[in-house]
Amino acid sequence: MAAAAAAAAAAGRARRGAPMYSKELMSKKRDEFEDILEERRVSSDLRYAMKCYAPVIYKGLSPCKPNAIKSAVLQSEQVQYVIKQLAKETGESPDIIQEEAMEILDEMGHSMQLGAVRFFAFTLSKIFKRLFQRVCVNEEGMQRLQQAIQEHPVVLLPSHRSYIDFLMLSYLLYTYDLALPVIAAGIDFLGMKIVGELLRRAGAFFMRRSFGGNRLYWAVFAEYVKTMLRNGYAPIEFFLEGTRSRTAKTLTPKFGLLSIVMEPFFKREVFDTYLVPISISYERILEESLYAYELLGVPKPKESTSGLLKARRILSDNFGTIHIYVGQPVSLRTLASGRINRCPYNLVPRHLPQKPSDDIQEFVSDVAYKMELLQIENMVLRPWVLVAAVLLQNLPAVDFELLIEKTLWLKGLTQTFGGFIEWPDNLCAKKAITSGLALHSNIARLVDGHVVLNDKGTEDGAVGEIIFKRALAVLMCGTYRNQLLNVFVRPSLVVVALQMTRSFRKEEVYSCFSFLRDVFSDEFIFFPGISLKDFEEGCFLLTKCGAIQTTQQEIYPTDKGSVVISFLSAMFRPFMEGYQLIFRYLSKEAKETFTEKQFISGVRNFVFQLLEKGNTQCYEALSSDIQKNALAALVQLGAVKKKKMTNGFTYSINQEAVNKILDMFDSRIPVQKPVAARL
Amino acid sequence: MAAPAEEAAGSGSGSPSSARRRLSIISGHLRGSPWAPGREGPSPSPCKAWGAPAGPASGSIPKKRQELLKWNGWGYNDSKFIFNKKGQAEFTGRRYRLGGMVLPTFKEWIEKTFGASLEHKSTSRASLNVNDVPPSIISEEFLQDLIATKISYSQDAEDRVFRAHGHCLHEIFALREGIFRRIPDIVVWPVCHEDVVKIVELACKHSLCIIPFGGGTSVSSALECPEEEKRTIVSLDTSQMNRILWIDEKNLTACVEAGIVGQDLEKQLAESGFCTGHEPDSMEFSSLGGWVATRASGMKKNIYGNIEDLVIHIKMVTPRGIVEKNCQVPRMSTGPDIHHFIMGSEGTLGVVTEVTIKIRPVPEYQKYGSVVFPNFERGVACLREVAKQRCAPASIRLVDNAQFQFGHALKPQVASIFTSFLDGLKKFYITKFKGFDPNILCVATLLFEGDREKVLQHEKQVYDIATKFGGLAAGEDNGQRGYMLTFVIAYLRDLGLDYYVIGESFETSVPWDRVLDLCRNVKERIVRECKEKGVQFAPFSTCRVTQTYDAGACVYFYFAFNYRGISDPIHVYEQIERAAREEILANGGSLSHHHGVGKLRKRWMKESISDVGLGMLRSVKEYVDPNNIFGNKNLL
Repeated sequence: MAAAAAAAAAAGRARRGAPMYSKELMSKKRDEFEDILEERRVSSDLRYAMKCYAPVIYKGLSPCKPNAIKSAVLQSEQVQYVIKQLAKETGESPDIIQEEAMEILDEMGHSMQLGAVRFFAFTLSKIFKRLFQRVCVNEEGMQRLQQAIQEHPVVLLPSHRSYIDFLMLSYLLYTYDLALPVIAAGIDFLGMKIVGELLRRAGAFFMRRSFGGNRLYWAVFAEYVKTMLRNGYAPIEFFLEGTRSRTAKTLTPKFGLLSIVMEPFFKREVFDTYLVPISISYERILEESLYAYELLGVPKPKESTSGLLKARRILSDNFGTIHIYVGQPVSLRTLASGRINRCPYNLVPRHLPQKPSDDIQEFVSDVAYKMELLQIENMVLRPWVLVAAVLLQNLPAVDFELLIEKTLWLKGLTQTFGGFIEWPDNLCAKKAITSGLALHSNIARLVDGHVVLNDKGTEDGAVGEIIFKRALAVLMCGTYRNQLLNVFVRPSLVVVALQMTRSFRKEEVYSCFSFLRDVFSDEFIFFPGISLKDFEEGCFLLTKCGAIQTTQQEIYPTDKGSVVISFLSAMFRPFMEGYQLIFRYLSKEAKETFTEKQFISGVRNFVFQLLEKGNTQCYEALSSDIQKNALAALVQLGAVKKKKMTNGFTYSINQEAVNKILDMFDSRIPVQKPVAARL
Repeated sequence: MAAPAEEAAGSGSGSPSSARRRLSIISGHLRGSPWAPGREGPSPSPCKAWGAPAGPASGSIPKKRQELLKWNGWGYNDSKFIFNKKGQAEFTGRRYRLGGMVLPTFKEWIEKTFGASLEHKSTSRASLNVNDVPPSIISEEFLQDLIATKISYSQDAEDRVFRAHGHCLHEIFALREGIFRRIPDIVVWPVCHEDVVKIVELACKHSLCIIPFGGGTSVSSALECPEEEKRTIVSLDTSQMNRILWIDEKNLTACVEAGIVGQDLEKQLAESGFCTGHEPDSMEFSSLGGWVATRASGMKKNIYGNIEDLVIHIKMVTPRGIVEKNCQVPRMSTGPDIHHFIMGSEGTLGVVTEVTIKIRPVPEYQKYGSVVFPNFERGVACLREVAKQRCAPASIRLVDNAQFQFGHALKPQVASIFTSFLDGLKKFYITKFKGFDPNILCVATLLFEGDREKVLQHEKQVYDIATKFGGLAAGEDNGQRGYMLTFVIAYLRDLGLDYYVIGESFETSVPWDRVLDLCRNVKERIVRECKEKGVQFAPFSTCRVTQTYDAGACVYFYFAFNYRGISDPIHVYEQIERAAREEILANGGSLSHHHGVGKLRKRWMKESISDVGLGMLRSVKEYVDPNNIFGNKNLL
């Protein structure tokens, strides 16, 4: 084991760009925040919208008209090559395919116009001032960004929790007189008639959600992005998570766009590329209830302009403070140093489409995870997040004083674990929590000195209705607790592993930890391939807060650590139980083969019945997010096979394997992780 | 010698003076180069070769190289950049066109570019401290055998140190401020092929290490003695094997001893009205054998070809025996060409003794030219088009803006108000009228050669292409000065070294579509590495495209920086050069276009030619030289 661990450690080391953990992180000083709305509240929005806007650009390059970019893309060797190939294969005339490419470009391309930008600047000022109390930005981050934009092409990688994200980011860059980014937005926006067009003029470009099969689309899209990047016309912005996280928990990254923007560097068409992780955290998320409904299977309304207008009533609501932390620009060149075998790029003309080699794919994935971990690291946590975490462990009601005490205790623990807590200025705990409750009165309220979830409403409704309401409240509350999870996941999984193995032997605990890490690999963000480092990190943090003691061979919980240990394990219990329920469903109830849709409704019914009977309290298992993640994990563990059919994917169960995993979860058999066997 | 050449040049009325001046660069080296016979050892025994003059011809480079050449820098003792009493830069000596001229703007350029100051001088040791030199270790038996062969030799410290190095920065730096840990134990001067055979036999018998030495212009650490070499190291100086053995006018070939240096070869061929046309920048000092051993490339390769195109037959002495072909034919299909084991072998297999090389009649007419482009991108596009149309002149080079400004700073004081007025007018036309930004524009220099008619026709074709890429003809004089600078630029490093500025050049070859990216990225990498390594003043980092091919180009980088405040400048320099080479490779450039690998670039050989490729070369070495007599450790 020792040798194996050493080997794993070596593998971890060899993987450059692995995240730096809290030992280094503790000493890290974070920047101060400035409220950008403050000035908006005292001076004219109109003048602000009409201000002289002369953003710095990449090495003094003169900006280029959108149409010139489009024709450059169309005439590029890359696109022309694919057009010729397709013409040869399909027998279609190249002119017709060229037309098609032009249409794709028109559908996709941005047409940034200053007028539209100014219109947005004006309206967004109005809207943001009504919606939010404050919009806080780390100014030093903005200065670093300004510097970066002049040096090398820049890719902005914000977290994605709300549609507000990209509006806010463009607004922010405009405010700081920086070049507006071109944004890769999902094409469903185009359904919003006027807004879609406005967005386009404000610099958004649109990508179809899936275009894996369409080579022409891929070629045009990739070339469009790369042309923007190579020439440094504007920063490229997209979301690593691919879509808005409905749970406020960082989604596992998508690699397609990231590998496109990295390619010009791999081919040395640019000297370097800066990746800028940006963490946007909302005190209250605009779409919170929408998300909860969606997770419970009430379909999401299609984006439409009228839908947006209906959402206008939210304008009268208060959504608290937004914190935007612009991270340190990360040099792709530095990340890639020593990792990339340059041969594949030297031996093929650069305009030919090339499947990335395995080490490139691994590298792209590593970078994606690293960027997400950086986003997480700088994600601001508000007091309400702590309150939500405490409240969910004390349902149905918790004494207000106890809540304050526990929240303060959790604040300390979070900081020990490297969480970035931003406590409202000079507010005592009581006031801070009261104001949090006021802001989130739709989720919880104070009744007779006790804080309770807002899950009643329909007391006299049917049982199903009650459960649904309650699930809604739990999921909404969970959205806030979830913001803590990625900070807590490493020590917590050590604790869970310690309890599951009922052993103090480090080796066994690690084996179980590693198993859990694999099972939850889609649920939480782990840097690939450094299980041992994660384990050591978890142990280190637990030791630091006095919850455990470790020797060379063993791990002991300390007496005073029991509070921490039980809190951490309770925090992750919904996931442990949720997965357990899902595995149980698969092992008992599911058909041999099924689609994802069938699976989700199957699990939902299964859990619903258990909740009705009172056999479980795990409302979160109703969340389609957990269900999908669990399924994806099983696919990765080889317990479920995913097959591509003509109409989507189908899944088939390996019953034995699922049972085995379930048994491990139920602690009926000791964890014999497949990974451990590999070690 | 110069007579026929000048006559030929004179017949071109287009620019007789410039052509003559160009040739005088070469002929200038002729004057005052006494051949000093070796002091030690018996006088050389005349070698017999049919139809060749008996005894070694007197070449430009004496056995006692230090009598003519700098012991701690580049080139001739009498030629160097100095700052005169008025603080103006000046180039001394009469060998070059620049000789004796004052360069009024050069000082300012140095101060501006490097942040260097004339007050801060770092002077070299005045002379070699003989006591520092590692002793010569030689067995008495070998010495007796050697004396019996009557081959000239020397154990003198200066002679040995002079052959312990090439012209890499660290080597020159070591001469100025330190000493080499390992140098040859003895220098031998064979005068003919048979002498070399005897020396190699002795080396095998006594288990010695031989390091062949030609012109000593290596910039790949190829001449450095491996420190761990315990055997006696024999430096085999080929400089006295410098005769043209015969000229075959029917087939236009000449058989030449490999020790001849470029200027002597051209000079002696010119006496019969011929030339090889092979003109590497080092041609004053580098030798035919050295060209073969490093796969050299000449400035005028567009007409005459690179060394591999020029060579018809090679004779090489190896520990296994003599390797050569049985005939002197333009091409043969007899398996892999054994010449290609020899060319680029960098002294690891044996000593090249005689080479049959193609010759051409001395061209009737030469004409320089230059074109200004609004920016480097357009310039490269133009060169690419010229290459595509296969109409490249004898030489076409494109310098970037930094190098253009550098060339400008080396402009001598103008003789008359009229010239300076004309210069001003030209500048006005280009920058104001044509709107070229003097901080972006770049210049291509051209050299045409051949029949007068054809040259003029050719010239028009090239200028027409240039016009399509926004180029403006900028006169013969600028072109000619560009080529002249090629020869004196090597002297500049010695000046820099006096003022805390160190620098070097390096080269690569790259496909056309990657030229721009490679140039930009490598320059940027250098700037960035300097910053990271604590270099206080931004470095001089510049490039030029020096050769065009069908499929790509040769790119040359100059890189220099002010090292004040850095404790170990050579180490920092080497780290940066290494990073620059990494960058070149990552951009799809080659490990080397013509400088070779030596010991400096060995680490990248495997990546460059694959494991199997390296194994192929190793197996040749193992067969040819199983006991590693040629143990300079280059290449593999």
